[in-house]
Amino acid sequence: MSGWPILSTITFLPLLGVAFLLLVRGDAATVARNSRLVALWTSIVTFALALVLIGSFDISNPGYQFVENVPWLPEFGISYHLGVDGISLFFVALTTFLTPICIIASWESIQNRVREYMVAFLVMQVLVVGVFCALDFVMFYIFFEGQLIPMFLIIGVWGGERRVYSAFKFFLYTLVGSVLFLIAILYMYLQVGTTDIPTITAHEFTRETQIWLWLALFASFAVKMPMWPFHTWLPDAHVEAPTAGSVILAGILLKMGGYGFIRFSLPMLPEASDFFTPFMFTLSVVAIIYTSLVALMQEDMKKLIAYSSVAHMGIVTLGIFTFTQQGIEGGIFQMLSHGIISAALFLCVGVVYDRVHTRQIAAYGGLVHRMPIYAVVFLVFTLASVGLPSTSGFVGEFLAMVGAFTANTWVATTAMIGIILGAAYMLWLYRRVIFGELTKENLKSITDLNWREIGVFAPLIALALFLGIYPKPVLDVLHASAAHLMTQTQLARVVSPEALELAGQVPKIAATR
Amino acid sequence: MGLVVAAVFLPLIGAAIAGLFGRVLGQRVAPLVTVVAMGLSATFSVLTFVAVTLYGNTGKVELFDWIGSGTFQASWAFRFDELTGVMMFVVTVVSFLVHVYSIGYMAHDAHKPRFFAYLSLFTFFMMALITADNLLQLYFGWEGVGLASYLLIGFWYKRPSANAAAIKAFVVNRVGDFGFGLGILAIYLTFGSIEYDVVFAKAPEMVGKTFYFLFGEIDILEVSCILLFIGAMGKSAQFLLHTWLPDAMEGPTPVSALIHAATMVTAGVFMVARFSPVFEYAPTALSVVTFFGATTAIFAATIALTQNDIKRVIAYSTCSQLGYMFFACGVSAYQAGIFHLTTHAFFKALLFLGAGSVIHAMSDEQDMRRMGGIWKLIPLTYALMWIGNLALAGLPFFSGFFSKDMILESAFAAHTGLGEYAFWLGIIAAGLTALYSWRLLIMTFHGKPRADHHTMEHVHESPWVMTVPLMLLAAGAIVSGYLLLPMIGEHGGLFGNSILVLEHNNALEAAHHSPFWVKALPTMMAVLGIAAAYFLYMARPDLPAKIAKAIRPLYLFSYNKWYFDELYDFLFVGPAKYLGYSLWKRGDGGLIDGIGPDGIAGAAKAIALRAVRLQTGYLYHYAFAMLVGVALIVTWFLFASSP
Repeated sequence: MSGWPILSTITFLPLLGVAFLLLVRGDAATVARNSRLVALWTSIVTFALALVLIGSFDISNPGYQFVENVPWLPEFGISYHLGVDGISLFFVALTTFLTPICIIASWESIQNRVREYMVAFLVMQVLVVGVFCALDFVMFYIFFEGQLIPMFLIIGVWGGERRVYSAFKFFLYTLVGSVLFLIAILYMYLQVGTTDIPTITAHEFTRETQIWLWLALFASFAVKMPMWPFHTWLPDAHVEAPTAGSVILAGILLKMGGYGFIRFSLPMLPEASDFFTPFMFTLSVVAIIYTSLVALMQEDMKKLIAYSSVAHMGIVTLGIFTFTQQGIEGGIFQMLSHGIISAALFLCVGVVYDRVHTRQIAAYGGLVHRMPIYAVVFLVFTLASVGLPSTSGFVGEFLAMVGAFTANTWVATTAMIGIILGAAYMLWLYRRVIFGELTKENLKSITDLNWREIGVFAPLIALALFLGIYPKPVLDVLHASAAHLMTQTQLARVVSPEALELAGQVPKIAATR
Repeated sequence: MGLVVAAVFLPLIGAAIAGLFGRVLGQRVAPLVTVVAMGLSATFSVLTFVAVTLYGNTGKVELFDWIGSGTFQASWAFRFDELTGVMMFVVTVVSFLVHVYSIGYMAHDAHKPRFFAYLSLFTFFMMALITADNLLQLYFGWEGVGLASYLLIGFWYKRPSANAAAIKAFVVNRVGDFGFGLGILAIYLTFGSIEYDVVFAKAPEMVGKTFYFLFGEIDILEVSCILLFIGAMGKSAQFLLHTWLPDAMEGPTPVSALIHAATMVTAGVFMVARFSPVFEYAPTALSVVTFFGATTAIFAATIALTQNDIKRVIAYSTCSQLGYMFFACGVSAYQAGIFHLTTHAFFKALLFLGAGSVIHAMSDEQDMRRMGGIWKLIPLTYALMWIGNLALAGLPFFSGFFSKDMILESAFAAHTGLGEYAFWLGIIAAGLTALYSWRLLIMTFHGKPRADHHTMEHVHESPWVMTVPLMLLAAGAIVSGYLLLPMIGEHGGLFGNSILVLEHNNALEAAHHSPFWVKALPTMMAVLGIAAAYFLYMARPDLPAKIAKAIRPLYLFSYNKWYFDELYDFLFVGPAKYLGYSLWKRGDGGLIDGIGPDGIAGAAKAIALRAVRLQTGYLYHYAFAMLVGVALIVTWFLFASSP
């Protein structure tokens, strides 16, 4: 690519903002005000750069683009290697899109240690974007683990009452998985002699090695995702995290697990992925049904949405492990869409939490009387979460289902039950919060969305609808990379006729009776 | 053809204007905007109907790609053929009349812009549904009307019952969509496409082919059709998935007329007719359709007999009439099914709006036990209700007569076991229909006034914005039969190639040759039903209570709607809640956290405590430990180094 290292710029630009933040001087109010502005402008400029990135992306090229490859520690085969392909491009975009939204959403709700808060968010953005751009395992691991620190701080410092328990649970849970991931990386490094991701991807491991490596990677990604039964940290973390923390957590951090499966497990360890497919299907389907049922009975709004996230992530893993074009694209699309919708839902909770300071569903009711705009916004995202056609939630879910049905009709059928439950728990939540008589005293003076909040939600609504009605721009970017991933996966797999059939997308039709 | 696109999108534009700028435009202007948009849409639809059915101008308009991935392709496209034309006509005309009526009916409501926005939004989704050119867009419209129905049932959001009914409608429909969704997937997997033309063209090749579904190799066409029909059962409130429709009466009455009688609930029938080129090759699926249709026809009629809420009676009647339409499709008389759909749209909308007029007159009273003796006070509504009921009961010269007879004759002429089943149940249901219809008329309008003095003083005829649409619908309830009959019968080609009937399935053709008693029986049953109603509720009003007492279990069974709500609560709602709660508390809280994070943390703490105890602080403990250590090391070295 041409001289300008756009990926490094996007990744590290927020650090410039951090430097400015550290230089801010003055009394507390001035520091807070300036910190907000600096953080906001930094994130907006970064987002603009990400738009440039999308604009100059070549959708016909399935490989990595905007590649930067500089030897770092050449004697160890470690290099500074960045690049994006169709799979990672929109994750970078999503991250840079959600960060300014988080900053605006925290404008008033965060009043203490504003500067540190903004630093944490900008550092987090650097690390997350780094994860999606890194093409070297050492870099990837540093970014991947590094984001635990700002998130740990965001929950632990600006969180709710039980924030310390949740922060530690979050940290240790993810760390345990990551240790195994580190061992896997070390092993691969010893085998291949480099930590370069494309090189390792091209390396063929023996079947047995693949299975052990796959399990190590699974430990890390399944916790991040989170997959059932490694999900229990998520509701706790969400409940205690400040609103913007939940937004980043649900919107982006969860996607790292799915991204890991797509980037590493599938192309590097195709035989093991094939071997573990029934296992993944089982966990996914259990996750969809189990967490949907649990979500039905939640009394805390954030917990409910957290559990629904686990169910939605179940659809993602389901789609990815079908090894079909629709399934993989559906899985990725579902992650992007969930990044928008769940982020918005957590923001919706944040709006009323800022006003009433409780997340208990029972503490609300009849909000539509005082907050009609809020009711509309909440409704849009409720429906998007339910997967109503013409919202982005539908596209990913449906494509994943197409893949699932191609792979295994049982899996698809059972997963569809989750879609019924999804409608039940979301609409019930909506009804209990928004509809009914407004009887509670403390709600009688509640105010509707202000302009800042409308500004936060407007782009999210626009995106959720746009991607639902015209998802082509995103899907087109995914096509080449997803197809490439499938060939990588299938060439290396001990190809069964069945798999070949799937690859060619030839419908399986048995002979005439 | 731009007309179709305009007809589809005008309601959406109206909805958007009224919904987004309702407060700016105000209570008067916002509804007017939607009415005007709807009027234009109806005009264009009628023009389309004429162009399509009389001049054969069928075609497609493709807007842009929707979802594309690999070989899966779906686009936003509009198809207009004869079937679509008829549906567009019915939907927009009824919708327009309901819009106009609502200006009067909702006059005192503070949320008029919202109401009209929802109504128009509904119409848009319904139009998207009927003009869809692929299964996914059909699904879009399908879910969209479900959403509009949800919003309108819960329109009076202060009422807990309305909110519960709204959720119930959405979730029960989702149960149907479970089948519909799987049906789409099955068709894509086996046909390789979800575009109508491709699927229809390929259906004959698929006969006898199987694919692996759940338990084993199953016939492609049968499975796909049955799965699609499950979706239709949900939307059209057929037996087992009907429970949401009566509760949906919580919505304002114009909504019941438009959505829960004339249009949305008939989407299932439309879907089966639309997929006639596939269903025709799936005899088992057609049998399933016939069975459920016929069962619903009689089942809902038995419940309607004992309900006291005027709207619920009509709701169960709708359920029952939808059953007729389905079994018509089941015996391959799709044309008869759509014919009945059309006539039913007029007379049932008339009945609902008429009921609305009564409710309006009675100061929002819906219980027929607190009505009576008002026919002289609201004679116009009374007359119009008569017309609606005559059409519903299928008395000669009214539209229902033609369509219902055509259905019953076709069922008879099908000469299959299930055809017979449908025919006889349909005949009995025809008698019951007349019985509950005149029970409704008599209880509502005749006898001594049972309302309180205050209410009776206020009884008044509705304003013209409400009565004019009623009169137009009444006109439709009379003439639609005469107009359509010649176009549907033996030589009529109203539906052109949009509906496929195989040669050996032609029950509709054979229906003309059915014996006289078959043609006369439905009418006789209707007359009998009216006579029975007159005897029971007019001549001997003391009898019904006595009968109810004599066959109390049966009465309660009907009155409690065959206990379906209780059954489903017991089977699904309760267990789901119980499971959710115990998975949460015991699964997540007890098992996963107990063994996982909290368990490990606990274990680490326990081990640490023991390690702590080793640090006693006594010098001699440490000295002793050191001594043991030295001894061990020395021993190890000695043994290790010795050869």
